[in-house]
Amino acid sequence: MSRSVIEPFALPWLLDPPEDLRSQLKVLRKDAESDAGDLRRLAGYALDLNQLGQMGKAVAARRDDLAASGLRPLRLAIAATHTADFLVEALPATALRHGLLIDSYQADYGQTAQAVLDPSSALFAFKPDLVALAFDPLALGLASPRLDEGGGEEAVQSALDYVTSLRDAVHANAGVGVVLQTLPMPQTALFGSFDAGQPGSVRWMVSRFNARLAAEALGPGDLLLDLAALAETVGLAQWHDAARWHDAKVPYALDAVPLAADHLCRLLAAARGLSRKCLVLDLDNTLWGGVIGDDGVDGIALGQGSGTGEAFTAIQSLARDLRTRGIILAVCSKNEESNALIPFREHDEMVLKEEDIAVFVANWTDKASNLQHIAKVLNIGVDALVFLDDNPAERERVRQELPQVAVPEVGADPAQYPLILSAAGYFEAVSFGDEDRKRADMYAANAARSSAMQKIGNMDDYLRSLDMVCSLRPFDALGRARTAQLVNKSNQFNLTTRRYTEAEVEAFEADPAKFTLQVRLEDRFGDNGMISVVIFDCGEEEWVCDTWLMSCRVLGRRVEEAVLAVVADAARKAGAQRLVGEWLPTPKNGLVEKHFEKLGFTFAGDLADGGTRWVLDLANYQAPDLPMVIERADELAGADA
Amino acid sequence: MTRSDIASKVVEIMEDVFDEDDIAYDDAMTAADIEEWDSLSNIRFVVAIEKEFDIRFSNSEIADLENVGQMVDLIASKQG
Repeated sequence: MSRSVIEPFALPWLLDPPEDLRSQLKVLRKDAESDAGDLRRLAGYALDLNQLGQMGKAVAARRDDLAASGLRPLRLAIAATHTADFLVEALPATALRHGLLIDSYQADYGQTAQAVLDPSSALFAFKPDLVALAFDPLALGLASPRLDEGGGEEAVQSALDYVTSLRDAVHANAGVGVVLQTLPMPQTALFGSFDAGQPGSVRWMVSRFNARLAAEALGPGDLLLDLAALAETVGLAQWHDAARWHDAKVPYALDAVPLAADHLCRLLAAARGLSRKCLVLDLDNTLWGGVIGDDGVDGIALGQGSGTGEAFTAIQSLARDLRTRGIILAVCSKNEESNALIPFREHDEMVLKEEDIAVFVANWTDKASNLQHIAKVLNIGVDALVFLDDNPAERERVRQELPQVAVPEVGADPAQYPLILSAAGYFEAVSFGDEDRKRADMYAANAARSSAMQKIGNMDDYLRSLDMVCSLRPFDALGRARTAQLVNKSNQFNLTTRRYTEAEVEAFEADPAKFTLQVRLEDRFGDNGMISVVIFDCGEEEWVCDTWLMSCRVLGRRVEEAVLAVVADAARKAGAQRLVGEWLPTPKNGLVEKHFEKLGFTFAGDLADGGTRWVLDLANYQAPDLPMVIERADELAGADA
Repeated sequence: MTRSDIASKVVEIMEDVFDEDDIAYDDAMTAADIEEWDSLSNIRFVVAIEKEFDIRFSNSEIADLENVGQMVDLIASKQG
């Protein structure tokens, strides 16, 4: 399901869970024979607090199976000055999403200091790997203004002293690190804007505390959860819920818990080296607007001057910024490589340059195979990849074939891509050093490019899973404008590149010597609209292909085979013996050089200007079984239909 | 929305929140009747109700509730 508004609490980069989640979880919890690995898969959905709790029970029941499945175990003790129970409840399920298996212990409410200061406490008996210390402004003496001279500074110092003394106690008593957190800004003002500069106002103290906490309070092995930044990103009005604070001392809205748990888990995963390392980018409609192969370097939307162009610039800028902090960039695009490189070389407003891309893969192979190739070339796991693609069908295909790859659900608006990518936090880090600064260059030096790829994965199963319906009908008034548009715009999958005006297209509709098709394709992601146009000249013996074009969006869906089946059927009924096809080369249609050969035509000679001629003997042609429903207009229905 | 519509929606939410199948609705039902209904899951319950019906409860309204029937009445009154 797509969301039109980005709801930060709803984990918008993840898909909504299946309807029957609760019953699936029940099976996984109670049936020891069921595949516990499914829990990891289900944790990858946008689960709400209730669902996280339900999954947590299944995780507990299947703990041993999960421990054997390669998750990294982590024992986390939590000492909070408020109600952290909801967070604790959400952790085991959220942890799976990040490759962790968390066992947690929570100190009794109100016993934070005792639990940490007493070496023989139950908290230390739990033998934690990390201890999270969660405070709130009230517990730290920062919830009320201190307007006496020097009072604000003193309150902040005393809060920091308290936090660091507990930190030191954890270090001393267990020899492990702590997770500290910044304080989300309270919503109520005292003076108003004046608070910002007035020492001792709550806003002043909380800002100062947060800044000093980040700068001074972390020792080796300690981690900082910047809850204040998270609350700001969400919006304080949504983050805080006074009713929950009053009735149960829950420090933020209950709806914030899944997001807060995700941020904590991504931080813990980062500390265990489990963050993603490489951002793999699609090109057309992801790095620029439009299709380079069709629109050309002057026709794509990118850069200053239009909102759409600037949105793509922002995506590229984020990718470049990630590169400067050591994230590897790669490209995985269905394109002719020569076309795909043109913007990098010729478009003035490209933020990303060719040398920024460590592995550049542009071909027509399925993307799951290409992603495996990219991981192999970079010598990293596919679980280190994040794949950004505007096309929901490509995203779904990759999720099915390579569930280890993170594939953010980015929606349809490129302006939102940077926000969603950032919100997903795939590249969370707990340090930054020289090695990170140099990493991207190091990989760029080894830049590899691949064009030929082995096909893997079961393509047919995938295609069937798309629930495609392909409908074919002759040209008509309803489709005329779109037909003419495709005839005049398509460059790549276009055998003859003959252009016709709308009036000419209209004339074909009534011409008995022309066999015409307009083809539409629907799948479970939606209606692709008209995606192919075909014209044959109908002779007595042979039908000759005048025009055959298709949108590259539906490449690899076997639509061309469906088209051929319908043409062949009609030609047979009309008494023809053969179909004849020609490929007329242009600078852009190298993609279809072998189109007729792939469809079973035999080579019948060279044409002037490098073209080729192909023939299909209808007596030998048999229509294949195709992974889609084919709907043809009545006048096209053959005897076998 | 009729009172029984509200009641059946509330049951759906209870099944999800308390992770229990086939809860039989009864106006007199209280936390004592459902195993997983404790003070913490009660908060999840209240928040889930607020979200589903797009309403807000004050702390005192929640504190005054004695059984599920009263919750349904309170929802109905807030829906006007």
